[in-house]
Order: sequence, then structure tokens, then C-alpha cells
Amino acid sequence: MQHDTLVEIEDVVFGYGDRPVLKGINLTARRGQVIAIMGSSGCGKTTLLRLIGGQIRPGEGHVRVAGESLGELDQAGLYRLRRKMGMLFQFGALFTDMTVFDNVAFQLREHTDLPEDAIRDLVLMKLHAVGLRGAAHLMPAELSGGMARRVALARAIALEPMLMMYDEPFAGLDPISLGVTGNLIRRLTDTLGLTSVVVTHDVQESLKIVDYVYFVSEGMIVAEGTADEIRASDLPYVHQFVHGEPDGPVPFHYPAPPYAEDLQLGGASA
Amino acid sequence: MLKQSIENLGNRTIQGVWRIGFAARFFVAVLLHSGTAFRRFGLTIREMYFTGVLSLIIILVSGLFVGMVLGLQGYETLQTYGSEEALGVLVALSLVRELGPVVAALLFASRAGSAITAEIGLMKATEQLSAMEMMAVDPIARVVAPRFWAGVISMPLLAALFSAMGIFGGYLVGVQLIGVDEGAFWSQMKSAVDFEEDILNGVIKSVVFGIAITTIALFEGYDAPPTAEGVSGATTRTVVTSSLAVLALDFVLTAFMFRGLG
Repeated sequence: MQHDTLVEIEDVVFGYGDRPVLKGINLTARRGQVIAIMGSSGCGKTTLLRLIGGQIRPGEGHVRVAGESLGELDQAGLYRLRRKMGMLFQFGALFTDMTVFDNVAFQLREHTDLPEDAIRDLVLMKLHAVGLRGAAHLMPAELSGGMARRVALARAIALEPMLMMYDEPFAGLDPISLGVTGNLIRRLTDTLGLTSVVVTHDVQESLKIVDYVYFVSEGMIVAEGTADEIRASDLPYVHQFVHGEPDGPVPFHYPAPPYAEDLQLGGASA
Repeated sequence: MLKQSIENLGNRTIQGVWRIGFAARFFVAVLLHSGTAFRRFGLTIREMYFTGVLSLIIILVSGLFVGMVLGLQGYETLQTYGSEEALGVLVALSLVRELGPVVAALLFASRAGSAITAEIGLMKATEQLSAMEMMAVDPIARVVAPRFWAGVISMPLLAALFSAMGIFGGYLVGVQLIGVDEGAFWSQMKSAVDFEEDILNGVIKSVVFGIAITTIALFEGYDAPPTAEGVSGATTRTVVTSSLAVLALDFVLTAFMFRGLG
């Protein structure tokens, strides 16, 4: 394994019960990169993220983060590794019973013995980085969706992780928040020396900031490449996805019996 | 048809047994991860405020009324036999042995148990528990265990307050309103109520009820499907299951504690 590889997914097979979700996935993220995992809803993107975070274990194959195989770690080992990971959940997942400040301070208080004034400085620095220092005293219910996600981002980077994971960071944001979030992901990755894994279906926004893209469809990687390669790709699936065409390899219609038959237009039924 | 219904019955039975097994494992996990709840007792005290202190009003008011009704009904029956002075004994024993622990537990299940289930269920549905796990903080230790111990500690205190208010209610009606002799009311109560036989057994009951209610409430919340219907269904199940559990456990405990008493 190359030493600059941070995340390595090797021949991973995974299913919920009898339903296979991932059917042999290979993927790597190198240090300092922003990689995107794209695909339509329900294709197994979030499952991949949960595998990297160790919330689920692969049925077959290996998931390695910083050289450690997640499937073989016990809970203590997993928690030790997770202190170096940050995850941004789709809707922020802020603790609704704590202020913005306490949310960002949460990990510092749980995992360090820092005095309260040092914690205060660190929290304000993280909030400043996402532009929300002035919102420290607010409760999560008082924030807009975009702000909540930025607070969650500040919380996730509080312990300066080496790996950041983003679950649909662009979903449901207005155009301004969209640009802000994209820039933040790129800027934080570069300034903090992070590695970022972004799961998204927002092609245009993410192609602006990512180094490498994996396309997932029906549990397989169907295409991969740099942003420019993806834009230029003539693979039918990628083309349909990047250009948002309603019909193509991914059909508009859910599988169904012939339309005329369903509407009983044959005349035979009478 | 018949085969189908037998299959369904079998399926539901197996699933029920599975759930009991999960709940038991959950209970053991909570006990094993209780270190944080005691090392950082502030977490538990905070939850005692939500489960215990905020349940005070309903407990105190209900206790007062139950005691007042006991005073009225007890007097009616006792005066038939000319033993109105025993009213204090009747009120105190009914409350300390049975009504205090049981009614307080039923109120606690609907007031605090439902709140615990809804809170944990929503924390799960909004991924707060996953977020905590991803921050390398065990939600069982940080969120569940403090609530468990808060409930277990609060329950006997609430039951005691319920009984105290009830006795006061019985006194108001029996002595102040109806005119039973005050000296007889208190002195007979004092000589008839035994600390070990009555009060301690009542406390044991309420501790057991506290364990049952909080375990059911926390498990239902933790196990709830992360949807609106899932959380509402879990909340309902908490109230129904824990109420039934309290009544069933009360019968078992009473059978062991008071069997053969004179």
C-alpha cells in the first residue's frame, strides 16, 4: 500500500439482509485529496460512507483507513480511529439540546482535558472558520439549514481530523449556501491538510471542487476520473447523470407491466 | 389459510422473543456502560431534573387526591364497624405498600417514560446518535445510561412524595373535614406501619418499577424506526408495555413480600 493513501476500499461486498447493496467496490482516497462518490439516490453511496466510518462492516473485502483494517478493529480501536475522522451528516445532526457553542465544544470536552478558556478559544476559531462566530449563543432550532450544516462542519473539524466525510453536503441548499459549502470543503481540505470524501448527487457543484470522482451505479463503480475526464466522458450513464437527462440507461419508469395492459385497453377483458 | 395464520403466529412469537432478547442485551449494555453516568454525575443530575423534578406536579397533585379519596372511602367503610380511628392506618398502609409505588410508577411511565422514548427516538431519527458514535462517544454511556440512573433514582423519591401527599390528603379529609380524632389517626398509623415490612418493601417496589420503566422507555426509543410513525408507535408502546409491566411486577413482588402477613 502506498503511504500517501488514506482510505482504501478493496473488493467490498455488502448487503442488508438478502438485498445486495455493494457488489465489489474498489476505491482509494489519497491524502490531501477531495474525492467525490456520485450516483443516483439509493445506489449505495451512503453505505460506502458508513463503511469508511466503521458504522457497518463489509461482508467481503477490506476497508482500510490510515492502514488499519476497519473490519478487524474492536470497539476501542474503532473509537480511537474515529477521533481522527470527522463526518458531516446530511442535515447536520446537531445536538438540539445544546447551543451552537456547546455543540462545537462537545468533542473537546469529551476527549480532552483542556481548560474551559482554551476550549472557548478553539471553538470560536472553528466557528470563525465557517463564518458563524456570531451565532455561538444560538440554539440549533434557530439556524437555517445551511447554517446548521456549517456548524456541524465546525463541530466535525474541532479535533482536527485527518479524514472528513460529507453525506450529501449540497442537498437542499440555496445557491449562495451551495457555493459557500463547496468552497469551505475545498478550503478546509487544503488548509488543514485533510482528506475529504464527499458523497453527493450534485454534479455541477461538486465537479468544481473535487480532485477525483467515482460513479456508483447498482453497487458497482461504473466510471471514475478527474473532474475534466468526467465532464468529457461519453459513457451513457455518466453522460445522462452529468447532463441531468430524464431518460437513458437509468430509465424514467420503474419496472411495470405494459401500460396498455395495466389500463385494460385490450378489449379482451370485456 | 390455516397454514398462513399458524405461520404468522409463529413469526410474531419469534419476533417477540427476539425483541425481549435485544432488550435484555440492551439492559446489560447499559449497566456495563454506566461508568460515565457516575463519574460525571452532573449528566445524571441533569436528567433527574427532566425525569424527576418535572414530574413533581403531576405526582404531588395526584397523591393528594388519591389520599383524599382514600380518606372518604375509608371512613365510609370503617364507620360501619365503628373503627373510624383506624383511618390513619388504612390510608398509610394502602399508600405505602401499594398505591404510592404503583400509581406513581404509572404516572411516571406516562409522564417521563414517554418523554424519554420520544427524545431518544428523535435523536436517532435526526442522526444525533450516529453523529455521537462518529465522534467516538458511545451514546449508550453518554445518553442512555445517565437517563437510566436518573429514572431509577427518581422513581422511589417520587413514590415517597406521592405517599406523603396522599397521607396528608387523607388527614385533610379524615381529620379536618370529617372530624376523626387527630391523636388516634396519627398514633394508630405510627404503631401499625412497620419500617421494614411496609416502607422498605414499598421502596423496593418503586426501585424495581423504576428499572422496568426506564429500561423499556430507553429501549423503545433506541430501537424505534427513524421515522415519524416509528417514534410515535414506540412512545405508545412505552406507555402500554411499561404500565402492564408495573402491574404484573407489582403482583409478583406483593406475592413474595406480604404473603402470610397478619
